[in-house]
Amino acid sequence: MEIRKFENIQETLYTDVLPNGLTINVVTKPVWLKCFALFATGYGGADRRFNLGGQWVDTPAGVAHFLEHKMFDTPDGDNALAVLSANGAQPNAFTSNSMTAYYFESTQGFYDNLRTLLSFVSVPYFTPESVEKEQGIIGQEIRMIEDNPGFVVYLNLMKSLYARNPIRDSVAGSIESIAQITDKTLYDCHRIFYNPSNMVLCVAGDVDPERISAMAAEILPKEPGEVPQRDYGEKEGPLPVKTRTEVNMEVSAPQFIFGSKVFQAEKGAPLLRQKLTVNLALRCLMGRSSPFYARLYAQGLLNNDFGYDLDYSGGYGTIMAGGESSDPEKVISELSKEVSAVADKGLDEALFSRIKKAAYGSRLRSLGSFGVLCQNLAEGKFAGYCDLDAFHVLEEITVSEVRDFIANNLAQDKLAMSVVHPLH
Amino acid sequence: MEAIRKKIMPFVELTCLRTDKFKTGCLSVNLLTRLSRENASKNALIPHVLRRGSTGHPDMESISAALDELYGARIEPVVRKKGEVQAVGFFADFADDAFVPGGEQVLEKVTALMGELLLSPNTRGGLFLPAYVDSEREKLLERLRARINDKRSYAVQRLFELMCFSEDYATDRMGTEEEAQSINYQKLTRHYKQLLQCAPIEVFYCGGADPLRVERAVKSALVTLLRGEPDEDIGTDIRINTVEENPRYFTEELSITQGKLSVGFRLGECMYNPNMAAIRVFNAVYGGSVTSKLFMNVREKLSLCYYANSAIDRHKGLMVVSSGIEFDKYDAALSEIFAQLEAVKKGDITDDELAAARKAVATELRSAMDSSGALEDFWLAQNVDGLYYGPEELAALAESITRDEVVEVAKGVECDAVYFLRGLSEEGEKANGD
Repeated sequence: MEIRKFENIQETLYTDVLPNGLTINVVTKPVWLKCFALFATGYGGADRRFNLGGQWVDTPAGVAHFLEHKMFDTPDGDNALAVLSANGAQPNAFTSNSMTAYYFESTQGFYDNLRTLLSFVSVPYFTPESVEKEQGIIGQEIRMIEDNPGFVVYLNLMKSLYARNPIRDSVAGSIESIAQITDKTLYDCHRIFYNPSNMVLCVAGDVDPERISAMAAEILPKEPGEVPQRDYGEKEGPLPVKTRTEVNMEVSAPQFIFGSKVFQAEKGAPLLRQKLTVNLALRCLMGRSSPFYARLYAQGLLNNDFGYDLDYSGGYGTIMAGGESSDPEKVISELSKEVSAVADKGLDEALFSRIKKAAYGSRLRSLGSFGVLCQNLAEGKFAGYCDLDAFHVLEEITVSEVRDFIANNLAQDKLAMSVVHPLH
Repeated sequence: MEAIRKKIMPFVELTCLRTDKFKTGCLSVNLLTRLSRENASKNALIPHVLRRGSTGHPDMESISAALDELYGARIEPVVRKKGEVQAVGFFADFADDAFVPGGEQVLEKVTALMGELLLSPNTRGGLFLPAYVDSEREKLLERLRARINDKRSYAVQRLFELMCFSEDYATDRMGTEEEAQSINYQKLTRHYKQLLQCAPIEVFYCGGADPLRVERAVKSALVTLLRGEPDEDIGTDIRINTVEENPRYFTEELSITQGKLSVGFRLGECMYNPNMAAIRVFNAVYGGSVTSKLFMNVREKLSLCYYANSAIDRHKGLMVVSSGIEFDKYDAALSEIFAQLEAVKKGDITDDELAAARKAVATELRSAMDSSGALEDFWLAQNVDGLYYGPEELAALAESITRDEVVEVAKGVECDAVYFLRGLSEEGEKANGD
């Protein structure tokens, strides 16, 4: 077991890799009442085509998410969600394009809850009847998200940016695609993607790292399995497929997201540095203290809902920024002016230096959320870096790196925009 | 982690929680006022206008730059509704001194900036800048109109508007479009001055600093605050009985594919002398947790809906059940929601259900102790109600609640109104025919 002390932020990280390939990250938090555990596989909505014993297999959209729902059924007829809840834990799960994660938070009975978590995620149990029933429940969920303008505006952006990549489709799939899922599909995908070498366990709380490792070694399969090779389709071009996608829905004012794709840096330290650089770039360009945001807010073109995000999945980074505006076209054209100005004249040094301080403070704040901390550690494991290194890497990033990123990745021709307009 | 409460100025109370647990501390200042249809929008608008500029930091860009320098500290307007009390002000969170390179004293600087925003706005001739008021009024209107975007909360809001039509509670925390539209910079400045004089103020701090240091910082930041006569008319009117003998039914239509059902209840007699721990456990048994009767039966066993849960407003003595259903499942879902409540009333609660509900309540309360934001909201609610026990005490009480105590709460609960948001008639029929 490796122990790393991060003096600057007063955190200690215990990392263990079991003989079966499972990575365990534990951040010990004395004095805290709650413990948080997240058990994740590097398998998400985008992992639809993969190599199995030399053969390429295609699966319908929505399997990873469907599997997440069904994993809570246990062979003895219980529902793991209910078992954890009955023991005082607050359990939940999510599926993104690149990850499926099961987690709980509890203030008592941590090791019992951890045992339940490790057991139910590693033992699949599906029947044709239970799969059919779930098709109804997930069908409802799909309908609900299709009514959600925030989801529609996001998915239309992905379809505008990418020509082929599976991240163009909803993680939940469609009513039609999930109808093709059988209990066999689920067993196959569980066997391939839920093997320990493709998984990570992250824990934060007042816990004993040795005891956690011992429990994981006892419960989980002994064989490592292999990390499956995936295919996200032919490489995407640098420009969007379509620059505008607009639809009408029951909303009060236009909702918009614009964005661009980023060619992912090599896994490990370069990828962490790229993520932090992009974050600084977005903060400088359109954060709360940026001239762009202040001006557009004062003009009534943006409000407090405006925000930005960066997501890595399907082999690409996707930059997204959006909110509500009476005139999204004006917003994107004003941003393009800012980008040109940065490309021509560089970034203001004073702005850059205070943005770095603010980014440090934001990261410090995120350590207070065990959920965010564990999720970041899990993402880091799948991407080959340690998220707690971010605090010192952040210090090393230069103003010219950020300027170059802005000029190369956010120029007008790289951007696509999706808008949901009101019906009336 | 004991809460220390102290009156530091005329009707200004400071609640301090000292802990080294967090890397970021939080500080909030809340002006309390009666929630009313006449003034809610003005009150809600004030912190947003103040956040636009002060004498020392005349625009948002300069405020944001100052906050960046304080290691990304945040000072954000907050507008909350606690029963029929509206609380408006600012919430700040910021890096604790121990984690700031160079050991800068962030607390004093953030508190001073918050005081400046609250008390020294950027004005002309003593009046708010019309440009700031106009643009924030438009944003408030946008937020009010945007409530329809989230159909789930919209259906709950519409239920309360209809169910409590003659009570202040019907008013949203942001007020109404009608009132918001009538606001101008002169009217708002007058209202602001009156609010500053009359509103009781609750200040809350949680973090690593000594309470005396916090008190000094807050007093120094509020030194120019002039106090008048306190507004005594603050509190929540609790209605014990339903408005009519039988539930009132409301249906509205929007272009949506999934129906939203909201069912409103009065908690009834338990509100004469509320046992908050029992009320919370009752809610967890009935619909407030994933082991609840609504979750296990309406969602899991009968697959009648995608979600179904209940929530309590303990200030007002209300409960709402919120559910997402296919349009044609309306009758089945509603009768199951009522049937599960009847089961609780009859004491048809298994030992496992009761134990899980107690644990869920205790866990939620104890988890709040690990979040400065959750502690802040908990203590604001306690202070508004004049209750002075902390989350740990309430969690311990919840763990000893008996079946009889849960049934005692349930017995008084009566449905007052049912609201259903469905698709437009022709689309609805099409969806039902699928």
